[in-house]
Amino acid sequence: MDASTPNALMTPTMRIEFLYWRECPSHETALARLYDVLRDEGVTPSVELVHVGTEQEAARWQFPGSPTIRIDGNDIAEPPEGPGQFGLTCRAYRTDDGRISPLPSTEALRRAVRAARERAHT
Amino acid sequence: MESIALDSRLISFSLKGTDSKLHRPEDYGKAPVLGVIFTCNHCPYAQAWEARLIDIQRTNAERGVQFLLISSNDASKVPADSFEQMQARAAAKEYPFPYLIDETQEVAKAYGATRTPEVFLFDRDRVLRYHGAPDDNYEDPRAVQHAYLRQAIDALLADDAPPVAATRPVGCTIKWK
Repeated sequence: MDASTPNALMTPTMRIEFLYWRECPSHETALARLYDVLRDEGVTPSVELVHVGTEQEAARWQFPGSPTIRIDGNDIAEPPEGPGQFGLTCRAYRTDDGRISPLPSTEALRRAVRAARERAHT
Repeated sequence: MESIALDSRLISFSLKGTDSKLHRPEDYGKAPVLGVIFTCNHCPYAQAWEARLIDIQRTNAERGVQFLLISSNDASKVPADSFEQMQARAAAKEYPFPYLIDETQEVAKAYGATRTPEVFLFDRDRVLRYHGAPDDNYEDPRAVQHAYLRQAIDALLADDAPPVAATRPVGCTIKWK
């Protein structure tokens, strides 16, 4: 079996948190994209959806903006503004070609899932 | 909050720009098409569409099209949207249009703007002819299928009706005081 193919590995248990603020329009697309990547990578989708609705909740969840995706507690990307900025806002992601986007790319999600799988097996 | 309806007349204003001068729509009275666009620095939707707005302004400048960009966000909530940061961004991106600060948020409220970016496009008689998003794909300019703003401009310059007169504005909420 080729160890690089997803099905060759035991389906890892990943704790996936999807944090979002309803006022930012991209969260539905981002969630659908996440589920597509999880399916393609052979990961059983078990995603905790967390709606962050107040500034207090944003501080408690250390929410840098919507959407924020954490795998086993690790954010899939570094916020462009740097760490420590929390609040009810839409989050900026940087694409591979340097543009700003309101949601993570499929490739960025895939890299994050694969990195989490590697961490789980080391 | 309801935005002003299509066929409404432009609501005038006088706002300070990043050049520290006051700007009014009347200062651009000769422009056959005038765009009043609510935006801001920090919003990823505004940032994603920014290059396209710059390009549309540049490629249509010779045809007399004029955009006025307005930021109405409460900078105490979003420091990245302060006037000084607006000046920095306008300089860094070499904005080809005035970038105005709506400190009291009265202009945004008068227009019924709620999102950034949100386009209000007026014809030569200053009647609202297009309202909404710049196009149908905030994420990828190469995947745009309906360039609403470009098409509306082309139509108005030909004295035609925009093929699409209104779309739902997509972006961050305006940060109210």
